[in-house]
Amino acid sequence: MTPLLQVKNVAKMYGARIGCTDVSFDLYPGEVMGIVGESGSGKSTLLNSLAGHLTPDRGEVIFDTRADGPVDTVTMSEPQRRMLSRTDWAFVHQHARDGLRMSVSAGGNIGERLMAVGDRHYGSIRERAADWLGRVEIADSRIDDRPSAFSGGMQQRLQIARNLVTGPRLVFMDEPTGGLDVSVQARLLDLLRGLVREMGLSAIIVTHDLAVVRLLADRLMVMKDGHVVESGLTDQVLDDPQHGYTQLLVSSVLQV
Amino acid sequence: MSDYNFAYLDEQTKRMIRRAILKGLAVPGYQVPFASREMPMPYGWGTGGVQVSAATLTPEDTLKVIDQGADDTTNAVSIRKFFERTAGVATTEETAKASVIQTRHRIPEAELSEDQILVYQVPIPEPLRFLEPRETETRKMHALQEYGLMHVKLYEDISQHGAIATAYAYPVKVEGRYVMDPSPIPKFDNPKMEMAAIQLFGAGREQRIYAVPPYTKVVSLDFEDYPFEASKADHPCDLCGAEDSYLDEVILDDAGNRMFVCSDTDYCRSRREAGHSGRLGEEAA
Repeated sequence: MTPLLQVKNVAKMYGARIGCTDVSFDLYPGEVMGIVGESGSGKSTLLNSLAGHLTPDRGEVIFDTRADGPVDTVTMSEPQRRMLSRTDWAFVHQHARDGLRMSVSAGGNIGERLMAVGDRHYGSIRERAADWLGRVEIADSRIDDRPSAFSGGMQQRLQIARNLVTGPRLVFMDEPTGGLDVSVQARLLDLLRGLVREMGLSAIIVTHDLAVVRLLADRLMVMKDGHVVESGLTDQVLDDPQHGYTQLLVSSVLQV
Repeated sequence: MSDYNFAYLDEQTKRMIRRAILKGLAVPGYQVPFASREMPMPYGWGTGGVQVSAATLTPEDTLKVIDQGADDTTNAVSIRKFFERTAGVATTEETAKASVIQTRHRIPEAELSEDQILVYQVPIPEPLRFLEPRETETRKMHALQEYGLMHVKLYEDISQHGAIATAYAYPVKVEGRYVMDPSPIPKFDNPKMEMAAIQLFGAGREQRIYAVPPYTKVVSLDFEDYPFEASKADHPCDLCGAEDSYLDEVILDDAGNRMFVCSDTDYCRSRREAGHSGRLGEEAA
């Protein structure tokens, strides 16, 4: 089987400082990869480099495109990369406000990707927007409300709907549960887990919350100071951490 | 030192503007940046249009200036006077006799011909501006033809008002490539933009010039199930009885009486001179 995403020796420097370096992994269709580490460990830099928001200084990010097979997204042309990020890729920001258009209604937010790929039938756009609102557990009656009238959890779910409406194959998530209270987090995780399984999505999830990766991720990478210090199956890494930093990370979680 | 250079601007400036105009004509709908000059009038009063007109005029030209279709409103009168004084060109109120027409917010009702130039005053040339405030991003969107966002605006219209409520500055796609703001003309005028005359657009404050060459395809954006409609007030003109012209609503008194009149004063006058009359035509005459 061809990996959906092959990452080879990706490095991103900020001047002389290391953002992240020597990162390599393969992601297969339907697989969820977790990236954990403390603040400043290079998780978000890595995610943004993979998603094309930052240009890596070294390395290859090879995506298995529908049309042309595996292509290096770092060297592909910008229109192609932007097309990819509207269709086969999705990016869920930590703050829903970064990923939503706050002055556009919920329906318009979901419809934007559809219209960006050429859908020009109002009725069908609205129907799909309503369908997706239902799938992320937002009432139909809120379709014409602006996201500013939504709670934090609803905004995050709307952002997910907006990203998944075009049926992407790879989802990048940057702390999707950050800033939400625990019960809302639990529902969001439940929803995400359902969608990932149902749509057969591959995902890369960056988080500092070990519970999130325990629930969602098949595999785990632990980062520290821009380097990957440990990787493996999620349960294996969390239950039997080998690296000193991972042991510290796992033992730092409060047991209730 | 009493004389101005012909049409106020110096020759180097006109040369610079003409280069921008030619580039605009070569790439229909593309916004060409130009070094807009300070003009002796405030921004928002047509500084862009005036600069384009100044660069377009020759001593043999006949100029017509309209504001919301009318020849006799402040903006039109002062710009017409400006060119009478600085260029000494002939001016007219008759659409057919003019070779250069500067307009604010309307296209004349009479059909324009190949030897005419229509110059629009544009306040905000970027159709995507209210949805995407970053200039770097909108330029990229034009370059890559990422125009999905324009439909988000129309979607919002339909979801809030049940129909596309945008009535002026209705976005168009030019020659299948660039999405363009036609300046704040009513959408009634949009279909007229496929015309024989050259159309030039000048935005002074925003420092952009763009153009639509003659017989260029101009399509108003819409949805398959909500097609574009060139709407107008559902009345005939009360003075000349025209049913095909764009109308202004005028409130007559405090008792709720109102009248609808052609916004194109020249069109209305020429019709009345030809003997047409509307509901209030006799009283007014």
